[in-house]
Amino acid sequence: MFFRMVKGTFVKQWKKMLMLALTIALGASIATAMLSVMLDVGDRINEELKAYGSNIIVVPQSEAVRSKLYDIEGESVETDYLREQRIGELLTIFWANNITDFAPISDTYADFDGSEVKLIGTWYNHHFEFSKKGSVYERDTGIINLRTWWDIVEGQWLDEQSIGSGEYAMVGSLLAREHGIKVGDRISVTTENSSEILTVVGLYDSGDIDDSHIYTTLPVVQRLSNTENLIKKIEVSAITSPTDELAIKAAKNPSLLSGDEYDLWYCTAYVSSICFQIQEAIAEASATAVRQIADSEGKILEKTELLMSLITFMSLVGATLGVSNLVTSSVMERSGEIALLKAVGAQNIQITTLLLTEFLITAVFGALGGYFMGYGFAEIIGRSVFSSSVEMSGMVAFVVTVLIFSITILGSIPAIRIVLKLRPSEVLHGGH
Amino acid sequence: MSLLELKNVSKVYGNLRALDSVNLTVEKGEWIAIMGPSGSGKSTMMNIIGCLDTPSSGHVILEGRDITKESNRALTELHRDKIGFVFQQFYLINYLTALENVMVAQYYHSMTDEKEAMAALERVGLKDRAKHLPSQLSGGEQQRVCIARALINSPSLILADEPTGNLDEANENMVIDILKKLHSEGTSLVVVTHDPEVGEVAQRVVKLSHGKIVSDEMNTHS
Ligand SMILES: Nc1ncnc2c1ncn2[C@@H]1O[C@H](COP(=O)(O)OP(=O)(O)OP(=O)(O)O)[C@@H](O)[C@H]1O
Ligand SMILES: [Mg+2]
Repeated sequence: MFFRMVKGTFVKQWKKMLMLALTIALGASIATAMLSVMLDVGDRINEELKAYGSNIIVVPQSEAVRSKLYDIEGESVETDYLREQRIGELLTIFWANNITDFAPISDTYADFDGSEVKLIGTWYNHHFEFSKKGSVYERDTGIINLRTWWDIVEGQWLDEQSIGSGEYAMVGSLLAREHGIKVGDRISVTTENSSEILTVVGLYDSGDIDDSHIYTTLPVVQRLSNTENLIKKIEVSAITSPTDELAIKAAKNPSLLSGDEYDLWYCTAYVSSICFQIQEAIAEASATAVRQIADSEGKILEKTELLMSLITFMSLVGATLGVSNLVTSSVMERSGEIALLKAVGAQNIQITTLLLTEFLITAVFGALGGYFMGYGFAEIIGRSVFSSSVEMSGMVAFVVTVLIFSITILGSIPAIRIVLKLRPSEVLHGGH
Repeated sequence: MSLLELKNVSKVYGNLRALDSVNLTVEKGEWIAIMGPSGSGKSTMMNIIGCLDTPSSGHVILEGRDITKESNRALTELHRDKIGFVFQQFYLINYLTALENVMVAQYYHSMTDEKEAMAALERVGLKDRAKHLPSQLSGGEQQRVCIARALINSPSLILADEPTGNLDEANENMVIDILKKLHSEGTSLVVVTHDPEVGEVAQRVVKLSHGKIVSDEMNTHS
């Protein structure tokens, strides 16, 4: 009987119920989209911001101090180096999995076509293997992912995996124009230590000082500067948690933290704790956050999440109002029928159960449709804003289910109050 | 103990006294017709007797129990268990069949029992119309479905508000016959009517005017 009556409502008020389902679907879709995006927006925004380069720089201890003092660019002063073989220690730290890319960097000045040019040696898409204490760590990494803003105007990236880490070069667009360099040219660079002939594989436009430089492989720069197996610094890109009070406190001096705070800090992917761990692993190095970027990442993340929460909240409020409107008018339209049910002995609780069942069944359909619609929206947002797809998550499905049930019940309250107040005598009084 | 007693019952809407200090006693097994001009308070009185409404003042005593003091929930239960109501208009749920409309009353009373509901329809001569929707039934047939619904839970009192009001003579006679049968089985009846014929078959006629009882007489014929 109960379901016969529920069914009757769907047949009789199908337009209202459809509207109700649509309203709920709309709310559910926005909530699903926002929550899905929000859930992995941290990683996504970080990936996005990685476009602006590494967020951690690892340099030799004393070099860190010296560069601060003089801020020199290329004067032949004595320089400190890191040993190339120590790079692998990066992969042994607690947050190694958050390190998405890294590249060793070394540089030297060389004579080219009668002028002095800066050469940078690094990895591009290097296959890197490192073993320690019986564990083997492997990565394909290099600056291709750390210079995402580079525009390759001619040729292509130096592909170490297919042509090896030999005598190849990528030339900055400005330098190339000045000297009429084209892809395929062989250029000669000379220092007091040696001379190299490099094949140009690509010209790039970086929009900064690098446009006047030559990028080549690490061994070439090491031979030119007579610094075999040594590097000047490592650029590291890591996914980090937004900086908060604990991170700021720790950044000043980790030893001032209490035991629990220290553990929490150490086990959170703050940029400061990752730097700290890198220094633990490579004692002779100093790891520093590239400040502006690390900070703005945290702020942008917070603001984006706030905005999305706000949109979700507003859409749910809107859906609740819509539900409340539709449900109330559905009940008003049926007041005669409801009064009759009361008059044949239905208690308030029974009528409330009947109505809520109808509304919740409708809500389930709406929520289901809305969930998939919202997943579609999330996919669109992911593709267009973060250029990657958004994962469907059980967590979001659960939260959306709870939210939809809440707004349906919340939205039904005014209608239920009408039902409770409805007196059969007033509705069924009959014509006079 | 009387089945029902109204003691000084008044119902006030704003400054209109729809019922004005009404005193009435209904004995078990009695058949009372309530008559009076339109707006005299007949439906108001029926609703109060039927526990669908509460009086503004005075007391309603049903089987020795003062229902004016009862909660809403208890009133619903009383109404459901003791009283069968036939409304002034045929109130049926239009997406349920005749049989299902009867079964709704069973459902909210205790349990649905299709055989019993069918038997009730048979009593009002609608066995072969059981699967029809209200829109497929004539006015008289709809009214008989309402009567079947009112008697399905074997109430001790059946209240009927103008049960023949909108019916032609043939249907009217059919309804009167059903009422007679119920009465002969010992059910108490209170029937509101404009129709002198219906008034005549009752044992007692109570006349209302402007919310007051103006006459209360036994019919001589019965
Ligand atoms: N809910 C209400 N609010 C205000 N006035 C009401 C209400 N219900 C009934 N009345 C008034 O109370 C008076 C009595 O109404 P009632 O329905 O009892 O009359 P009646 O005798 O049944 O009339 P009829 O024969 O036309 O059905 C009428 O004047 C009516 O307008
Ligand atoms: Mg009336």
